[in-house]
Amino acid sequence: MDEKYDAIVLGTGLTECVLSGLLSVEGKKVLHMDRKDYYGGECASLNLTQLLQKFNKTLPKDIGRGRDFNIDLIPKFMMANEELVKVLVYTDVTRYLEFKQISCSMVYREGRLYKVPATEFEAIKTPLAGIFEKRRLKNFLEFIQSWRDDDPKTHQGIDLDKDTMATLYAKYNLSGGVQEYIGHAMCLYLDDSYKNKPIRESYNRILLYVSSLGKYGKSPYIYPLYGLGELPQGFARLSAIYGGTYMLDVPVDGIELNEDGKFKGVRSGDNVVEADIVIGDPSYFQERTEVVAKVVRAFCLLKHPIDGLEGESGQIIIPQQQVGREHDIYITCLSFEHNVVAKGTYLASVSTIVETSTPELEIHPALNLLGDIVEKFVTISDISVPKEDGTSDNVFVSKSYDATSHFVSVFDDIKDIYKRVTGNELVVKQRANQDQQE
Amino acid sequence: MSQNPRTSPSASNAESSPNSPAASVHVKLVLLGEAAVGKSSLVLRIVNDEFEENKQPTIGAAFMKRKINVDNVCVKFDIWDTAGQERFHSLAPMYYRNAQAAMVVYDVTRQSSLEKAKAWVKELQRQANPNIVISLVGNKLDLLEESTDAPEEQSGSAEAATSNAEGEDQKMDGEDGEQEESSSKPQDTDSKTQKEKPVSREEAEAYAKEAGLLFGQTSAKTNIGVLEIFNELAKALPLQQMISERQASRNSQLNRGGVDVNSMIRPSELNRQGQDPDARNVDNCAC
Repeated sequence: MDEKYDAIVLGTGLTECVLSGLLSVEGKKVLHMDRKDYYGGECASLNLTQLLQKFNKTLPKDIGRGRDFNIDLIPKFMMANEELVKVLVYTDVTRYLEFKQISCSMVYREGRLYKVPATEFEAIKTPLAGIFEKRRLKNFLEFIQSWRDDDPKTHQGIDLDKDTMATLYAKYNLSGGVQEYIGHAMCLYLDDSYKNKPIRESYNRILLYVSSLGKYGKSPYIYPLYGLGELPQGFARLSAIYGGTYMLDVPVDGIELNEDGKFKGVRSGDNVVEADIVIGDPSYFQERTEVVAKVVRAFCLLKHPIDGLEGESGQIIIPQQQVGREHDIYITCLSFEHNVVAKGTYLASVSTIVETSTPELEIHPALNLLGDIVEKFVTISDISVPKEDGTSDNVFVSKSYDATSHFVSVFDDIKDIYKRVTGNELVVKQRANQDQQE
Repeated sequence: MSQNPRTSPSASNAESSPNSPAASVHVKLVLLGEAAVGKSSLVLRIVNDEFEENKQPTIGAAFMKRKINVDNVCVKFDIWDTAGQERFHSLAPMYYRNAQAAMVVYDVTRQSSLEKAKAWVKELQRQANPNIVISLVGNKLDLLEESTDAPEEQSGSAEAATSNAEGEDQKMDGEDGEQEESSSKPQDTDSKTQKEKPVSREEAEAYAKEAGLLFGQTSAKTNIGVLEIFNELAKALPLQQMISERQASRNSQLNRGGVDVNSMIRPSELNRQGQDPDARNVDNCAC
């Protein structure tokens, strides 16, 4: 700990662990510290003992052994084809993990749950689109899938980078219901602001959804057994294997700057550990971040599977307009089959962006879908973003985990920080001869 | 690290063996123990049959593989090294998860390392699968031999003489010449400067017995007792039960949506994931 490091990483959340792993693999000397005595920071998966401690509650009855629980503090699923999954595979971190597919994706409409169509066949049959609209929806999806940037014949007069989604919806004469399905169930937008933005991002999201769906069918999502907390642990191991030093449960008392205002080191008790740069989550840099929103999350333990779900796991999207809100409410449903709760128990995690001064009331439409709730844990957390990009003082702060249902925004932040730290684009590719290094 | 050409698997050899195993099981084996007791050296010895003087902490190994053939079952060990995460008590729960076997290593020349080993045993009993088979291993026996010239360590393990009958012998015997070279090198001076009380075999063995652990003493450097430790671990595992459980879980995985992410992202490497044709393992069975 007396030596100088290339990088100090504060907090063992997913963003920090992926960056730590990538830097170590590139030969950088990394010291990774966490104040807490467990991995994962804000996005840890907690066992029941840790969870009860955090929420100051006592053990509910008949809920099973505490160590069988791995409750994600940030409920998300992984899109089968998103970049984070590719990084997992290319760094061989998948060797430590086992995945299951999520059985279904459901969308709430007028008091009922509908399956989000998973195949073309289902798309034709779905009650989500009226009989005349099915053809228009099909035409719309064909336009998206056949688009080639370098082939104007596929553009049909549309410019993905200038025209808005509203324009495209109008061109295909799609109703509000179908727009809701495309924007909220496929693109997974939390609100409707995307409609007035260029098509490009929505285009990318539809392609990701469709290609993820194409991997395993049923739903576009996969999930690691034992919870999402396995992801930071896996990348931390990658970092350690390439020489990264790990210290949990250590004091982190602030950072020191050089006379030129650049990062010098991290204060830990009486020591100052020096490094060229520091990367950390917002909890270590409150004065350097600002709160842009709040998220309410409720972790509900049930003794029954959720009514209307096809299979033992799934996502339920409650689009904002269905319940008179600005932001969608998500429910992620998991069971003991994913090793996140004890046998016979089910977990439903509700989350949405806070819009009022009574956030717990805002999630009632979701709680009402769950039936009897044995125990409920509610958090209200800040979404913080850094005020500076870190390039002037070598202090790089990550963003909080948002309310989206997948890891696309997390990975965007990872790529962005990586570029600011190294000056290079993060290229996701297979490392050569991995086996030879074993 | 240099590669020993003689450790490459010889498929023809294995196939012609009269007792090809009927079944195989995967076993996750975790290493624990204080830093610098020789955990990685033990793995390097069993997997590659190598020894490196002043070995630096392990770099770049996800886990290493070694197959041991016992009771007509091929036991495929996935050996997880701590990757230094033990130093500041920062091993992740993932490390212990589903481990069926553990080697808790101490340095026979340092009493304090045995005390640390006892703490690791407690940690395993707290964190790991309750049925985990644990072996307490006193490593660096060569250093003790040199100072006390006590030959007793070999007599204690009756397995040593017989275990090779399990199908390991041609391989391991063949490599003897390779080890002479490393064992004739000067002793590791770092360890010798520590004037700590050595650990008596009796004390460690008594503790192991009391705590219900397997026990053995080894020298990764001069290749004493290493293979025996692995053989004993393999024999102590509930192999038949593991085989039937594996069958059951394989069936349920298929039914319940288990996915192989690797094969979807890079299908061309399906073979690599499924068959583990890792040419660097010492493969002694045809499975």
